[in-house]
Amino acid sequence: MANGILAHHFADIEQQRETASLGMWVFLATEVMFFGGLFLTYTVYRWTYPEAFAAGSSHLSVWLGGINTAVLLTSSFSMALAVHAAQEGRPRALMLWLVATMILGAAFLGIKAYEWMHEAHLGLLPGTGFAFTTPDPARFTSREVELFFVLYFTMTGFHALHMIIGLTIMAVLLLQAYRRRYSQVYNSPVEVSGLYWHFVDIVWIFLFPLLYLVS
Amino acid sequence: MAHTVISIRTYAIVYLLLMLLMAATIGAHYLHLGRMALAAAMAIAIIKAVLVVLYFMHVRYSSHLTWVVSVGAFCWLMILFGLTFNDYIARGWVGE
Repeated sequence: MANGILAHHFADIEQQRETASLGMWVFLATEVMFFGGLFLTYTVYRWTYPEAFAAGSSHLSVWLGGINTAVLLTSSFSMALAVHAAQEGRPRALMLWLVATMILGAAFLGIKAYEWMHEAHLGLLPGTGFAFTTPDPARFTSREVELFFVLYFTMTGFHALHMIIGLTIMAVLLLQAYRRRYSQVYNSPVEVSGLYWHFVDIVWIFLFPLLYLVS
Repeated sequence: MAHTVISIRTYAIVYLLLMLLMAATIGAHYLHLGRMALAAAMAIAIIKAVLVVLYFMHVRYSSHLTWVVSVGAFCWLMILFGLTFNDYIARGWVGE
């Protein structure tokens, strides 16, 4: 069993670990491009319609967005501790920190869902039900504000989708940790999942000021 | 080649810094810095992202190849933004 964890095409366990980590980084580079396209679209339209974006942003709750930022940063910290526990070969601590990360991740999604429902209730959901009326059509139009909300729902939606995928991955890690599949020698799945989770955190680090704090 | 394990103390310090920087972002928003607001918010966000990448994502202790891929991702993003805004900003500079 001790040899079962090293795939035959690797020279040693360190090379295997290095390869797993590098593979995740290459995937994350493609993720940077995916979210980069959304951030670029956002930047172009904010540059074109600054007043409409400020008006749209003022309808978001800085309070809820701020709490969610704190929740997500804390979940990244607990994920770092989960990876640390795996590297030290402590399966019980690993399971504990994975559960903590999952609870924080679920809390983030719960707060986000509440925000979305509240915004939909206010008529800020783009489409036929969009009910925002501009106070001054000479400065900015309702359609420009709708564009802000298209980007808001698309970007936070894709971010939330990534979090749901992350939570699913962590459920698998938890099961495998329960089966004592990870040790000081073999813990790459935990490490690369950690990289993914921290990346999703970084996306939010930029989304929060860009969407909630436009002045 | 031994694999570096970052101490819990280091993680805790980075976490504390991230929370302080988050408070700074929100604080700066209510100072109403005007034209500087976006630059301040983005500067803080970049510092936070670099802290996460270097410590939580272990890049500081990773191989040179990992450095190349992570910095490369950022460079491609800058090309995307640089070339696009090269167009948007320069529109109207030259008469029809």
